[in-house]
Amino acid sequence: MNSLRRRLFLLLLAATGAVWLCAVGWIYLGSRAELEHVLDARLQEAARMVHSLVAGGNITGRAEPLPPPGTGYERQLACQIWSLDGELVARSSGAPNASLAQDTEGFADRRMGDELWRVYTIVDPAKGVRVAVGDRIGLRDRLVRGLVGGLVTPALLIAPLLGLLIWLGLGRGLRPLNAVAGEIAARDGEDMRPIAPGDAPAEVRPLISAINGLLGKVEVARRHEREITAFAAHELRTPLAGLKTQAQVALATTDAAGRDRALGQIIVSVDRTARLVSQLLALARLEAMPDARSEARVNAGTALREAISAAGAAAGHVIEIDPVLEGMEVPGDPECLHLVLRNLHENAVRHTPAPGRIRWSALPGGEGLAIDDDGPGVPGGELEHLTSRFFRGSGGASGAGLGLTIARLAAERLGARLAIANREGACGLRSSVTWR
Amino acid sequence: MRILVVEDDPVLSDGLKVGLELSGWTIDRVGGCADADAALAAAAFDAVVLDLMLPDGSGLDLLATMRRRGDATPVLLLTALDETVDRVRGLDRGADDYLGKPFDLDELAARLRAIARRRTGRAAPRLEVAGLVVDPAALTVTVDGEAVALSRREFAVLAVLMERPGVIRSRGEIEDRLYGWQEEIESNAVEVHVHNLRAKVGRTLIETVRGLGYRIRVAE
Repeated sequence: MNSLRRRLFLLLLAATGAVWLCAVGWIYLGSRAELEHVLDARLQEAARMVHSLVAGGNITGRAEPLPPPGTGYERQLACQIWSLDGELVARSSGAPNASLAQDTEGFADRRMGDELWRVYTIVDPAKGVRVAVGDRIGLRDRLVRGLVGGLVTPALLIAPLLGLLIWLGLGRGLRPLNAVAGEIAARDGEDMRPIAPGDAPAEVRPLISAINGLLGKVEVARRHEREITAFAAHELRTPLAGLKTQAQVALATTDAAGRDRALGQIIVSVDRTARLVSQLLALARLEAMPDARSEARVNAGTALREAISAAGAAAGHVIEIDPVLEGMEVPGDPECLHLVLRNLHENAVRHTPAPGRIRWSALPGGEGLAIDDDGPGVPGGELEHLTSRFFRGSGGASGAGLGLTIARLAAERLGARLAIANREGACGLRSSVTWR
Repeated sequence: MRILVVEDDPVLSDGLKVGLELSGWTIDRVGGCADADAALAAAAFDAVVLDLMLPDGSGLDLLATMRRRGDATPVLLLTALDETVDRVRGLDRGADDYLGKPFDLDELAARLRAIARRRTGRAAPRLEVAGLVVDPAALTVTVDGEAVALSRREFAVLAVLMERPGVIRSRGEIEDRLYGWQEEIESNAVEVHVHNLRAKVGRTLIETVRGLGYRIRVAE
């Protein structure tokens, strides 16, 4: 799992380690330079001391080494005194037999066998001696290593403790995130209340507000869905109740006329319910459909005639179709166009008492089409609700209140706009579909 | 019994009217809250069958308005919604019972009888006075154990009187319970029904209180 805590832990550990390594390197180099300086000064001083002890050329030293000292560090310095003609006058114990000295005065690194030495030589022609004092570079390195080791060892021992502290600290630092995660995880699917930011740190707040925004959107969508389901349940159960009641009436009635009447009502109800089911399905399909704009062009006259015949025979209505529509091509998906035209036509037929007139016409400039009816129109306050789901208005309409909703949604999917208004200067409604 | 049906679906509303009339009741029906308000103000009903979703408002609001103005008419809610919340809300707003759609016509009739009966403070389903037994559910009448055949109107008149034995019911009150709005009432209809009833269930049981109305004679 991609854990934020582990990621931060590794990053912090790596950064701490890098800082430590730099510090160790620095200390190592710094100590070594300082040590070289001190040890070189010691060599020089020792050489001068020995040189001052040598009397003017008449020393006769023994070339035997002094007894060996106790510790490795004590045997660090080796001293040789040579006469100028190349004879070893004296040497300290631990000093090699071969000559450490060189011809010129000063410092030098010399290899004696397999060891490197650091040597300081004094040449004194007046006394006729050459004094060389040296120490092993290997020993110097051991000193530096010892010094650095003394620093690094405790640090390495402390490292696991440091890691543990970082790990715990991260856990504590990430607690607000865990609290938010815990709160979300503890919710059931129904709980869409926003998460309380509480004392969440500034870094977590944007996350919380983003989640709250999402929760809000989900809640709106869910409420919308619940509303539709509730309405659909109501709209379907009511005709079912009517069917059952009429069926029971038919069973219980003793006279034939009463039974026939009940059966007639059942047929009416079945037809209406079937229509309602297809409208609900069309609505669901349209709501799930993102966009039906297409390059296809449909002949408005043909589409209109199909829609009118699908809407069923009008009982004594006069239906006029503007001849301009016959030559008019409109863009979009034919099925959506059919839904728009059919539902607008059905709505007009339903609200126009026979023998009323229903007229389809083209809008000026060919930007759309419109339908006018001779019905009573709609009170001004209800106009804006006409295309809401299940809105039936106060006019006592018999439909389910879905037709104009479907027409509006289908028009939107076509990239067109449905506008409904009372006709100016006449009674009735005018619904127009305009392509943008 | 006279029942007001408030339901906007024409087929269901028609079925309720015809179906409940089979129980011998008088049914008036309206399709919206405003009409229901007017109907309730104009006449007394024994019970109201109320749909929750009406075109001009919610049945719950109508119910709340009724209860606020002190109208105690029993109300049975018809609801197409599943949610318990809606039923609870309905009962809490003053409904006496509810039924989910689709329902059984016989169950609806039985529930209406039950809530109307409880309203009169009666627990026994049958009405009994001095050997006369009226069973509103079975629409039967017996006198000393023997069945008596009555017309629908006669049964309704007897049921109104038997609901509260000893209490005088005026002719107008009885007519109100017998006839819906669209029905023609002959001026002496109640007298004719009472006359016929006396012939069938006994001369002495139904007493005429001159100038006031009728009542069932109760043994002192």
